[in-house]
Amino acid sequence: MTATDTHRTIDAVWRIESARLIAGLARIVRDVGLAEEFAQDALLAALKQWPESGVPDNPGAWLMATAKHRAFDLLRRKKLLERKREELGREIEAQHEMATPDPDAALDDDVGDDLLRLMFTSCHPVLSTEARAALTLRLIGGLTTDEIARAFLVTEPTIAQRIVRAKRTLAKEQIQFEVPRGVELAARLSSVLEVLYLVFNEGYSATMGDDWMRPQLCEEALRLGRILAELAPNEPEVHGLVALMEIQASRIRARTGPSGEPILLLDQNRARWDQMLVRRGFAALTRAEALGGADGPYALQAAIAACHARARRAVETDWTRIAALYEALARLMPSPIVELNRAVAVAMAFGPAAGLSLVDTLTDDPSLKAYHLLPSVRGDLLAKLARHEEARVEFERAASLTRNARERAFLLQRAATCARETSPLPR
Amino acid sequence: MRFMMLMIPKGYEKASPGTMPDPKAVEAMMKYNESLQKAGVLLALDGLHPPSMGVRVTFPGGKPKVTDGPFSEANEVLGGYWMIEVKSKDEAIEWAKRIPASENEIVEVRQVQEMSEFPADVQKAAAGFSDMREQGGRRKQG
Repeated sequence: MTATDTHRTIDAVWRIESARLIAGLARIVRDVGLAEEFAQDALLAALKQWPESGVPDNPGAWLMATAKHRAFDLLRRKKLLERKREELGREIEAQHEMATPDPDAALDDDVGDDLLRLMFTSCHPVLSTEARAALTLRLIGGLTTDEIARAFLVTEPTIAQRIVRAKRTLAKEQIQFEVPRGVELAARLSSVLEVLYLVFNEGYSATMGDDWMRPQLCEEALRLGRILAELAPNEPEVHGLVALMEIQASRIRARTGPSGEPILLLDQNRARWDQMLVRRGFAALTRAEALGGADGPYALQAAIAACHARARRAVETDWTRIAALYEALARLMPSPIVELNRAVAVAMAFGPAAGLSLVDTLTDDPSLKAYHLLPSVRGDLLAKLARHEEARVEFERAASLTRNARERAFLLQRAATCARETSPLPR
Repeated sequence: MRFMMLMIPKGYEKASPGTMPDPKAVEAMMKYNESLQKAGVLLALDGLHPPSMGVRVTFPGGKPKVTDGPFSEANEVLGGYWMIEVKSKDEAIEWAKRIPASENEIVEVRQVQEMSEFPADVQKAAAGFSDMREQGGRRKQG
């Protein structure tokens, strides 16, 4: 094996082991920033030693032993452990653990809990959503700062800063490395789910010219979601979110045309939907429902996505059910955007006039003032009602609001079609 | 990217119908499968009955011909597969190295082709096929 080969193997090992490693260390040192440093130290040691000694049989255990060794060394030298009796006890406990005959077995038992603690800590609400996302991708996703920066279209120093500050905040606020209990759990869990869905959507909204790391975010968010579903199998909303992401990801191949133009859901070639992901999505949704979580916000959105996935052809879509699901969603989290989606479903189920009267209740909503999809939807419904001149105005307005060049071209094209419909027929 | 890890157990080509895996081996494999699941990389997996329970369809002169298993000419046959989604080929290899396989087993790691990798003409041909499938569905349901 050449040195390059070894480095690539180390990359792969790091990808698989880093989250477990950091989580295990964080339990000992009670500081995720410090835990990551020790994990990085172990990685550096591997990069130095493995090209000569070869990759050990159990690389994960090697990394953990090396990192722990360094952690204890430093803590001992700094006499940090002597500060508090409680922490001293922990060292003894931890050293005990090192002496366990089969460290791997002991690791396996606890690692799930540690990983869950790590997720809750890196998604702690004391951090901004952006900071939570960057820290989670770094600590649990095992992505490099550079990869995270490219994925979010910001510079590497920006992400590095964000991560450093996040770690500092967690230390300063003395955030406990633990899984929240009781009433706190629901709020903290929704903070974790929010971060995963944000990461997913960053990837989902990527366009063709973007760095390849951006679409990669979808896979990353899905992976983290699947991990969380294993760690917290009794939480219906976790399965709801996984279901939503699996089903949405199933359409990735179908949602852009050959030159990168967006293809709307109803115009997509459904034969290109990834049926393996659809099935996984259905299975996750069934789990969410079986746990009594059918009416959770993610489960409801997943159920809507499932309605589309179930329809072999766009015209077979069960719009009545989708409209009802949106209504339930709107009750749960009232939002003009949910209302707008409901209006579209109502229009499909009960005709454009019914949809338009719902949309018209939203036109004064300040939060939708600059939202291009409002005039876009309104234009579509007006066009269906043959009110072409009004539709044209709406499409042009939508075009002026969108920031996506391809979408703008599409909207202007629709405006032009309306204009042709309006102008007197040539003789 | 997606990879298939294909399990090729030597001797399976001659296994008699109904051959079942050893419970001890299954236990180790279950633990491994669980680790894939917990790492969020497992998409699907299946084990296959031995070739003696299957058939081969060949096309001599372009005409289908069905032959019952086992197949005397085969010396490497599939016993099962995993489909995983990982970041790199190296990661797929790393997962393959961790399979609790025995000395007579081979694991082949193969990347799943993505439509976007194909040259334009192949993509076009494939898109045509997809449309055809869609049309076929329409007719059947229509």
